[in-house]
Amino acid sequence: MSKVLKIKDLKAKIGEKDILKGLNLELEEGKVHAIMGPNGAGKSTLSKAIVGHYDVEITDGDIVYKDKSIKENEPEERALEGLFLSFQNPVEIPGVNNAYFLRTAVNAKRKHEGKEELNAAEFLREMKSKIEELGMKKELINRSLNEGFSGGEKKRNEILQMMMLEPDVIILDEIDSGLDIDALRAVSEGINKMKDGKRSFLVITHYSRILDYIKPDYIHVLKDGQIVHTGGPELVEKLEKEGYESLGSL
Amino acid sequence: MAQEEVDKAITGEYNLGFEIDIEQDTVPPGLNEDVIKYISNKKDEPEWMLELRLKAYKKWLTMKEPTWGKVEYEPIDYNSISYFSAPKEGIDSLDEVDPKILEAYDKLGIPLEEQKQLAGVKVAVDAVVDSVSVKTTYSEELKKHGVIFCSISEAIKDYPELVKKYMFSVVPMADNFFAALNSAVFTDGTFVYIPKGVRCPMELSTYFRINALNTGQFERTLIVADEGSYVSYNEGCSAPTRDENQLHAAVVELVAMKDAEIKYSTIQNWYPGDEDGKGGIYNFVTKRGICEGDNSKISWTQVETGSSITWKYPSCVLKGDNSVGEFYSVAVTTLAQQADTGTKMIHLGKNTSSTIISKGISAMKGQNTYRGLVKIGANAEGARNYSECDSLLIGSHCGAHTFPYLESKDSIGQVEHEATTTKISDEQLFYLRQRGINEEDAVSMIVHGFCKEVFSQLPMEYAVEARALLELTLEGSVG
Repeated sequence: MSKVLKIKDLKAKIGEKDILKGLNLELEEGKVHAIMGPNGAGKSTLSKAIVGHYDVEITDGDIVYKDKSIKENEPEERALEGLFLSFQNPVEIPGVNNAYFLRTAVNAKRKHEGKEELNAAEFLREMKSKIEELGMKKELINRSLNEGFSGGEKKRNEILQMMMLEPDVIILDEIDSGLDIDALRAVSEGINKMKDGKRSFLVITHYSRILDYIKPDYIHVLKDGQIVHTGGPELVEKLEKEGYESLGSL
Repeated sequence: MAQEEVDKAITGEYNLGFEIDIEQDTVPPGLNEDVIKYISNKKDEPEWMLELRLKAYKKWLTMKEPTWGKVEYEPIDYNSISYFSAPKEGIDSLDEVDPKILEAYDKLGIPLEEQKQLAGVKVAVDAVVDSVSVKTTYSEELKKHGVIFCSISEAIKDYPELVKKYMFSVVPMADNFFAALNSAVFTDGTFVYIPKGVRCPMELSTYFRINALNTGQFERTLIVADEGSYVSYNEGCSAPTRDENQLHAAVVELVAMKDAEIKYSTIQNWYPGDEDGKGGIYNFVTKRGICEGDNSKISWTQVETGSSITWKYPSCVLKGDNSVGEFYSVAVTTLAQQADTGTKMIHLGKNTSSTIISKGISAMKGQNTYRGLVKIGANAEGARNYSECDSLLIGSHCGAHTFPYLESKDSIGQVEHEATTTKISDEQLFYLRQRGINEEDAVSMIVHGFCKEVFSQLPMEYAVEARALLELTLEGSVG
C-alpha cells in the first residue's frame, strides 16, 4: 500500500511550549485513519502542523506528502496539492460572499491543476446539487462566509467545501463537535460519499461517537505528543471501556 | 504570521505620481490682498466677488488653525504656498487643451473627449489642473435639459444670481479656518444647477489634479438641486509624488430643495506621502449639504485612500421635514497616513432620518479616526439616526479611534450607535489560505468584504474603480 502522507519523528512547539515530541504516523492511500487521545495530547497541533498553520513551529523531523517534504511550504501550496483541513471552529468572515469565496477557491485549485476555470453558472449548478445532498439551507450560499451560521451549518459548510475542492487527504478536526444527531448523519454521509479508494482521511476526535458513522481502518492513540498505540477498529471499544490510561505508555 | 509578511502584503504603490510637463503661470508664494486681487483679476471676476474674497481674507487673519483633530503635522507656513498656478496653454475648446494634459488625463483613465466614455457610460467631466478648469465635457448636451454644469469661475460670470444666492449659504465664509482660507483664495471647482423636476441624464464628475510644485489647491464646488430634481455627482483626484507636503483646502456646498436628491461620491487618491511620512497632500476639506425642502435627500459616499493627512466631515443639515441624510465612508490609512474623518448630521425638521456607515482600515503606521456628530434639534420630532462605525486593523503598528458625539434636545429622537474594531485575524487569513487562496488575494477578499456596504453605494463604474484602488493601496507587491 502506498503511503500518501508520512510524518517522521516530528517535533513541534507552539510559542515556547513543546507539544509534538517525536511523532510518527503514516497515512495509507484510500484508508480512514482515526486519531484519538485525551485533551492536550497534541491532536489539533498535529493537524495544524500538517496544513502549515503559522502558530506551529516545527523544530525537528519532517512531513512528507506525495513523496515530497512540505514542511517549508506555504499553506496555500499545500492546499492546492490536495491537503484539506475541516476546521474545528471555522472563522466568520463578514462581507465575503460564501459562493464567491468557494468559487475563488475551486478555481484556484483548477488553475493549479491546469484545468479551465468554472464559470459562475457551472459552479452554481454543482454547488446547488451538493447543497441539496448535505441538506443545507439554500440561503447559506449568498450569506457572508460562516457569519451567523449555527454550529451545524458551519460544519456542513466545511463539508461542502471539501466536496467541491475534491482533496486527496482530508483532515477532520473534531468534525462532530457541536452537531446534533441529524447534522452528524448528514455530515458523515457527505464524508462517506467522498471515499473512493484513493482518498485518505485523518479523523481527529476526542469521542468515539463519530466513528460509528465514519468507519476507520486504523486507530492511532495520541498521548503527550506521540503516537503511543496503533490498532484496528476494535481498539475503539477498548478505549471506550477502559480509557486512555489502560494503554499505558510506550 | 510574521509582521514583515503582513507589511509586505499591504505596501501598495502610488502609481499616479507622475508630473505633467507643461508650462505654467504660477504666482510667487505668499498670501496678501494683492495675491487675492491677482487671482480675482486672472479670473476676470466681477467686483462683488473680489469684495467677498477680501472680506473672507480679513476674517481668516483673525482665525486660528484648529488643533482638535487627532492628526499631527509640522506647522504650515501659509506664506510659502503659491495660491495660483495655471497651465499656460489654452482653455475652452478641446483642440486648445495642451495635448500633454489630455495625455495625462488619459493616463488617469478620465476621458476628456466626449466620444470616449467611461466603462461605456456617458459621464460628463470637469477637469481641473491646479487652479483652473481646463475642460468641461457635455456642457452643451446638458444645457438642453436645462442642467448647468460648468466651472465655478464661469458660473460667477455667467450665473451671478445663482452664485450670489447659494455660495456661502451652506458653509459660511468664516465657518472654520480652512473654509475662510478657501473663501479668500478659491481658484476653481465645479458649479451644478439642476432645474425643477429634472433628473440629470448622466453622471457628472470633476477630476482634480495637483501638478505644480509648492502650490495649494483651493477648489470650491456648489451643487444646487431644485425641486423634484436628481443628480449624481462624483469627484476624483490625484497628485505627483513629491517630498514636500502640499495643501488642498476645498469647500463643497450642496443644496437640495423640496423632493430633490443629491448623491455625491468621492474617490480621494491624493499622493499619500511615503512610509516615513515624507511628502503627501494635506487634505483639509469642508463639505456640507442642506436638505432645504421637505422630503429631500443628500447622500455622501466617500472612499478615502490618499493624502498624508485627511481632515473632512461631509455633513447634512436636515432642515426640511422627512428629509434624509446619508454618509457612507471607507477611509484607508497605510504608510504613515493620518485620517480624522466622519460626518455631522444636524436634524432640524420633523421625521428626519440619517444613516452613518463608516469603515476605517488601518495598516502599517496608519492612524484612522472616526469623528461624528448627531444633533437632534428641539423641533425635530420623530428624528432617527443609525450609526455604524467599524475599524479594521491590519498588522499591529496602526491605530483606530472612534469619537461619536450626540446632542439631543428631543427625547423622542431615536439614535442607535454601533462600533466595532476588528483585527484582520491570522485565523481568517489562514482559513482562506488553507482553501488554496494566496495571501494577497486572501487579504483583498477580507478587506473588500469589510467595505461592501459602502461600495454598494457607489455608481457602478466608480465602484469598479474604488475596488481597484483599494487593491492597489493595500495589496500591491506580494510575491
